[in-house]
Amino acid sequence: MATTPYRVIGTRPVRHDGTDKVTGKAVYTADFKLPGLQAGFVLRSPHAHAKILSIDTSEAEATAGVSAVVTSADFPNVQNKIAHLGEGSVNLAHLSANCMAQDKVLYKGHAVAAVSATNVHIAEEAANKIVVEYEILPSVTDVMEAMADDAPLLHDDLFTDDLGQKADTASNVAVHLHFEKGDVTAGFEQADVVVEAEFKTATVHQGYIEPHAIVADYNEDGRVRLWTATQGSFTCRQQTAEILQIGVGDVLVTPCEIGGGFGGKIAVYLEPTAAILSKKAGRPVSIQMTRTDVFEATGPTPASFMRVKVGAKKDGTLIAGEAWIAYDAGAFPGGVIGPGCMCVFSCYDIEHAVVDGYDVCVNKPHTKAYRAPGATQVAFAMEQLMDELAEQLDICPLEIRLNNAVKEGSRRVDGPVYPQIGYVECLEALRDSDHWNSPLAGENRGRGIAGGFWFGCGLKSSAACSVNSDGTINLLEGSTDIGGSRASLAMQLAETLGIDSSDINPMVGDTDSVGYTDVTGGSRVTFATGLAAYEAGRDLQSQMKVRAAELWECEASDISIADDGVFSGNGKTAGFKDLAAQLFSSGEALVGRATVAPECPTNGFAAHIVDVEVDPDTGKVTILRYTAIQDAGKAIHPSYVEGQMQGGAVQGIGWALNEEYFFNDDDRMTNGSFLDYRMPTMLDVPMIDTIIVETGNADHPYGVRGVGEPPIIPPPPAIGNAIYNATQTRMRELPMSPPKVWHAMQSSD
Amino acid sequence: MATIFIPAQLRTLTAGIEQLEMDVHNVREVINQLEQKFPGIRDRLCQQDQLSPSLQVSIDSVITSRGMIAKIQPNSEVHFIPAIAGG
Repeated sequence: MATTPYRVIGTRPVRHDGTDKVTGKAVYTADFKLPGLQAGFVLRSPHAHAKILSIDTSEAEATAGVSAVVTSADFPNVQNKIAHLGEGSVNLAHLSANCMAQDKVLYKGHAVAAVSATNVHIAEEAANKIVVEYEILPSVTDVMEAMADDAPLLHDDLFTDDLGQKADTASNVAVHLHFEKGDVTAGFEQADVVVEAEFKTATVHQGYIEPHAIVADYNEDGRVRLWTATQGSFTCRQQTAEILQIGVGDVLVTPCEIGGGFGGKIAVYLEPTAAILSKKAGRPVSIQMTRTDVFEATGPTPASFMRVKVGAKKDGTLIAGEAWIAYDAGAFPGGVIGPGCMCVFSCYDIEHAVVDGYDVCVNKPHTKAYRAPGATQVAFAMEQLMDELAEQLDICPLEIRLNNAVKEGSRRVDGPVYPQIGYVECLEALRDSDHWNSPLAGENRGRGIAGGFWFGCGLKSSAACSVNSDGTINLLEGSTDIGGSRASLAMQLAETLGIDSSDINPMVGDTDSVGYTDVTGGSRVTFATGLAAYEAGRDLQSQMKVRAAELWECEASDISIADDGVFSGNGKTAGFKDLAAQLFSSGEALVGRATVAPECPTNGFAAHIVDVEVDPDTGKVTILRYTAIQDAGKAIHPSYVEGQMQGGAVQGIGWALNEEYFFNDDDRMTNGSFLDYRMPTMLDVPMIDTIIVETGNADHPYGVRGVGEPPIIPPPPAIGNAIYNATQTRMRELPMSPPKVWHAMQSSD
Repeated sequence: MATIFIPAQLRTLTAGIEQLEMDVHNVREVINQLEQKFPGIRDRLCQQDQLSPSLQVSIDSVITSRGMIAKIQPNSEVHFIPAIAGG
């Protein structure tokens, strides 16, 4: 990590895309228009589980203004091939069947047909003329009920995978994972205190403000152009190409501005359908989801059932842990049970531990990542048990965490050993905070704390920087910008070159224009694409040294570059912009480029404190004060780090207190709108205070760690601990909504 | 010698052995040597000639993207862990 003071990093410049955003000029997919654009409408299943006996599209096709109708019969027959998508992999047959149902519908909202027409009203009217004959099947949405031997089967060819070994009989359990560390039986025998409890969490959605949208244009030459809201244009390209069974080079994805994703805009939903409609219509086609479509047909994060047991010695030292975790995967296998298992004990050094995890199919939309996927559920269990241990041992909840916190050299239950990390530093910052040191007074009020961990990843990123005649730079990079990454990347390049971030014009390229770049996810962009921007700058400097040597009539080895980016050699000096301007008129243009694939996890930790007041008459929980603390490694643009921490905390508060999918007796979601799906608004939360901890990261030139995911993890258990502190009522189920809290308080009286 | 950690779910194939030392230079050699010692383990870790897509390899706590050709140093720790995806 560099030790010199930074000129740009750590400052708070205006974001490059700010003006377009606040003036409404930023182009989102729904804003994008092409000549002859057709509007698409997707017909969706009203049933949670049913066989499709027949589909009659004749009336729809005959409707005036309709340009195309598609069903699964128009989709290529994709085999059970596993496609690697950079971050994770996907079964293409499942992916295709999720985009358009084949022989069965597996959840309410599952697409069964689509229509394009001159406008969306005609498309919808025609779609409603499509006659689908269903045979309704029994359905199941509860993860534990789905694991029962007599549960309705979603897939008769699904056999539990036990690390490469398949079960003999079909079930809804797609995957069983098992981890062991030490001797858990001996560990519990050594424990003086053991706490154990069962926990449940509800299905929740990422709730991004922009619904999914797509514009597809299937060209006469067989090439498909897509304009879309995606977290990864290259991943979108690959998924679409695989489903359409065409080459990746035949798909061009242009990422438009994106109104949030949080893990929910990595999988494709509309892209293949729109492309096939466009091919049949011979015209470009646009499809936009409604909010109900988003809730019912895109990936929420799993509901869960967990049984967790932890043992400690009298001095508070954790000695043993045991976790049994079941996450619902939704309609298709492939949920987030892996990281759930790996995160349940990831904040604490426990000598003996065992974890079993199950990935279970249910009649809900296929679950997807949501900020630290799988980690929030298990933290709700483990971080409350930490408080229960502390209470039984009469130890401060912060002290027991500090005494057991993982540090460099601690081994996780899944095996790897942590490098230098910052959980202890986060807890120490919490201990030293004004919030922790301010007494909380008043009836029915309580304070809670909790920690959280997310791996963070590197993956592939590419960047290129073209120098203009005045020494300003156009930075072309491949990471779709969800959280202000254009600014953070430009700042890292500016720091490298010794110029201002305003001298750089960052732009997210399409898949034909920029080198391969993996998804905006895994808290990786400021880390990995930032590294690419840094390396592109270093490449530029190397070229400029050679050119400066020609200009200054010396050897390239005589040229030095100071930390502020000033070139010196043969008695001459020039800053980056001056030298670039001179070189522009004396030879080739200057273009720096880099592609990187850092493999090291960035290991992000967070610790939160919350004060709540619980209304004893209604069970309503009011957040009085909230402080989020997080190790960012090094905050490139502190405002955007704080924004991530605040946003994650508020999403976690929503998950904790109100958000859940409601299903009726027919397993149909009944609250698919923002009126009925209760997300927090600015009126529900106080200002979220933030404390950025900077422990540095030796695997990045400026010490960056990922920051996007950890802040969603601590809120549910921190609030659960605060509710207990206020009411002596322990909540073991999310959301901790007013009726649940009220009933729990009555039961504990 | 590198230390290879056997996933808990595969220890029925290794008679309960949790870890072993190996003179190996890359992941492919790990798989080959494991298969020689514990027949059947390759099929649990691989599909065709590649690592199972549900797995990733951690070498000295770094998740490699290089699959079977990922290099292993003499004192490395090697773990097979589930593939994960972030949000």
